[in-house]
Amino acid sequence: MEKRSLKAWLYLLPAILFLGAFMVYPLIDVFIYSFEEGYNSAAQTFFGVGSYNYSYVLRDPYFLQALKNTFILVIITVPLSTGIALMISLGLNSIKPLKNLYQTVYFLPYVTNTLAVGLVFMILFKKTPYSDGMINLLINWFGGESVDFIDGPYWAKMFTLCVYTVWVVMPFKVLILTSALASVNQEYYSAAQIDGTSRFRIFRRITLPMISPTMFYLIITGFIGAFKAYSDAVALFGTDLNAAGMNTLVGYIYDMLYGNSGGYPSYASAAAIILFAIVLTITCINLMVSKKHVHY
Amino acid sequence: MKKIPVDYEKIERSARMRMRTGKAVIYTLLSIWALIVLFPFYWMILTSVKTYSAYTSEYIPTFFTLAPTFQNYVDAFTSVPLADYFLNTVIFTVVTTAVMLIVTVLAAFAFSRLNFRGKDLLFAAFLALMMIPNELVIITNFVTITNLDLRNTFMGLILPSVTSVFYIYLLKENFSQIPDQLYYAAKVDGTSDFKYLRRVMIPICRPTLVTITILKVIECWNSYVWPRLITDNEAYFLVSNGIQTIRESGFGRENIPAMMAAVVAISVPLIVLFLIFRKQIMAGVARGGSKG
Amino acid sequence: MKVVLQNLTKRFPSRSKNGSDVIAVNDFTFEIPDGKLIGLLGPSGCGKSTTLNLLSGLQKPTSGKIFFGDDDVTNLSPEHRGVGLVFQNYALYPHMTVRQNIMFPLENLKGADKLTKQQMNERAVEAAKLVQIDGLMERKPKELSGGQQQRVAIARALVKMPRVLLLDEPLSNLDARLRLQTREEIRRIQRETKITTIFVTHDQEEAMSISDLIIVMKDGVIQQIGKPQDVYDNPINLFVAKFLGTPPINVFEGHVKGEKLFIGDEAVLNVPGVSDCDVNVAIRPEGFSLRNDGPFTCKFANLEVMGRDISVIAQHTACEAENIRAIISSENRADLTSEDTVRFALKRDKVFLFDRVSGNRISFN
Repeated sequence: MEKRSLKAWLYLLPAILFLGAFMVYPLIDVFIYSFEEGYNSAAQTFFGVGSYNYSYVLRDPYFLQALKNTFILVIITVPLSTGIALMISLGLNSIKPLKNLYQTVYFLPYVTNTLAVGLVFMILFKKTPYSDGMINLLINWFGGESVDFIDGPYWAKMFTLCVYTVWVVMPFKVLILTSALASVNQEYYSAAQIDGTSRFRIFRRITLPMISPTMFYLIITGFIGAFKAYSDAVALFGTDLNAAGMNTLVGYIYDMLYGNSGGYPSYASAAAIILFAIVLTITCINLMVSKKHVHY
Repeated sequence: MKKIPVDYEKIERSARMRMRTGKAVIYTLLSIWALIVLFPFYWMILTSVKTYSAYTSEYIPTFFTLAPTFQNYVDAFTSVPLADYFLNTVIFTVVTTAVMLIVTVLAAFAFSRLNFRGKDLLFAAFLALMMIPNELVIITNFVTITNLDLRNTFMGLILPSVTSVFYIYLLKENFSQIPDQLYYAAKVDGTSDFKYLRRVMIPICRPTLVTITILKVIECWNSYVWPRLITDNEAYFLVSNGIQTIRESGFGRENIPAMMAAVVAISVPLIVLFLIFRKQIMAGVARGGSKG
Repeated sequence: MKVVLQNLTKRFPSRSKNGSDVIAVNDFTFEIPDGKLIGLLGPSGCGKSTTLNLLSGLQKPTSGKIFFGDDDVTNLSPEHRGVGLVFQNYALYPHMTVRQNIMFPLENLKGADKLTKQQMNERAVEAAKLVQIDGLMERKPKELSGGQQQRVAIARALVKMPRVLLLDEPLSNLDARLRLQTREEIRRIQRETKITTIFVTHDQEEAMSISDLIIVMKDGVIQQIGKPQDVYDNPINLFVAKFLGTPPINVFEGHVKGEKLFIGDEAVLNVPGVSDCDVNVAIRPEGFSLRNDGPFTCKFANLEVMGRDISVIAQHTACEAENIRAIISSENRADLTSEDTVRFALKRDKVFLFDRVSGNRISFN
């Protein structure tokens, strides 16, 4: 018995070592960091324990800007992407020819490098001295004025970020929703059809309740994902996000850690824990709402 | 059961009309989205084969080019060390994925097949770790790696990227589905645990292992945050960091066509991988992957 | 409502590229009289479910016509046909209560037929009472037993007062005891509502026990239509003879010579009016009687006593199956004297002759 136990632990050893060193220990450590005041990363000293890091972060205008940006991004992109994904999946599920082709195309952004494709979006949206760019060309066609979506007004930059974020998260949502829709028993639709149920009613009374667990799963993961937005913003606006006014919460954490404004792991830790608390709260609210509305 | 006088033909005809227009609308909308998805890809390929002078002289961008050039690809690989970035990324991806596979298989085997004291408790602890966001632990990892003097090394890049609790969970579930009888049969024949794992469990669960491998490869190829934190020496840049450097300082002036050539070069390997393993990737992601 | 099928045919394109089309339903013509309970019977894959789907309108026929009464409904979509369909797996909406499930079809009514909430509720309760589940109205489907779910499904199909009620394998998901009970229930409900009801099954006992008429199908072709007892007593071909009856009919190879039926070397029965030919002989298990001087000699194998009846298990080289099963009443048992062989006399009306090649019935007086 003891010998078998030993053997099992031996199999688990690598996983425990890796997880212990790079997940469990850091998890504890980040809380400690966040309460150590005046930590100096070079000398590894600090001169007090308290909540100063938190109050500093919460008063930092860059943090508040990042908080605002992240919240706007979440509030716009989560409902928008989920809604569009639902429409696309419904469409996909109602056709037969070309369905596979469409599905493959829609999944393509998932396997592409966020940074690399972000660059393409940047040149599509960017206004430069020699060209107003693709998107502005479209706007001009419809009689609008050119806008610089990358270095221009705040709303334009936010618009670009939202468009790119939706484009990036869509493959995952379409895939999950399509498979959820396909797994609804066809007999329910036949039964409803025999009773002469209109399409809209079938959707509202049968389809939606049947896929509600998946919808909530997508909304929850969508919230979590959007709160962690970072590399999409870097791709569009460059690494100095504070200067562009487009920083996100995760971006703020990394900037505190490293880079031109870096070297403050304590502030970064405090910001990370605040972010974690926000995500946890929103996830709990989501779960509570879903308990009420999911029918299984 | 009352009898309703109905013009059946009219009902039938209008129903068929509605079906047809409905299908047309659906196909139109789906095609529009496909266009939105594909357009950036088209644009980056198109731009990458335009000459620098042609590109900069187009105030109104053209939608095609009659004189494609591959000079940009040559530039992309010669004026910046794109080939080095590629090599770094390949090394990083291969080593990380290989170590991850070994660690994951061993751990999943222990959880699914072996009995030991505290197993349930430990597994619950593993599952709890799944909920910990990367952002929370990356700070200490950064400090740890810096203190170990592992910045700008492959060790520093790879070590914290190896573990993935989710994959252990996924594989453990798959391993657990293998009937116990097989294990007892192998024991009766005198097969050792390790041989059983290698000769029976791994071959049976190959599809899951392939899925895990592919998902990890995608994750590694696209990883940006950790490499950015841990490397500032160009010799250790991965493609993501490379592309960011190119964007901010590469190619002297704003040579967008060369930049796009680099973007195409970076995107192609994963797209090819995707087209080959389309089914496994999509099934794997549907089972619980998510971006990031 | 009388239901008439005229030359109804349904082809499915073949799965493989060069294969020929699959004909699931081949040239059906029959008339179902008003207010009857009809069993559509056949082995799996014979096209009976396709027939049901054609009747419900979920599938469209390749050719032919369907009439409900005098209305041609062939090209009509399901909702305009006024059919009720009970699915094999019931297809109850899992997120709705029993009441919501039953009311669901009523909520779709439009225009002049539109009902108030009050009326819908009354109709739902009425339908629930008919199938005796009115005490379970607020439960969800997963809180019900299989038999109860089946009743809810029937109530949901009945609530809009369909012209024709269709049941797809209504008993296949129930255990043996419930099956017996539920089939009586279906019979009762059909009698009370007088709605023309068509149900599909592969279980001949089920179809025989409750149907007014059975339709036996094989490979998309109707074999025989008739009252259950008539079909059992007068099967039109070997397939029907084999398909109906438990225990199954015993089939032998035999031949007719000089108006006598031979099995092996023995002349077992006089068959006046049949010319000489090779035949298959099918004998119902109850068609044997034990006689010491019986003309048909078999090897004795075993005896199964089951209360009132006993089964004699015997063997014969000309028999298609390994064993012959003969059911005789227990008084007859005294005649079983020898340990090696057993001799039978045959009852004329339980013996059927079929052409060896075509399988068609050859009748004799």
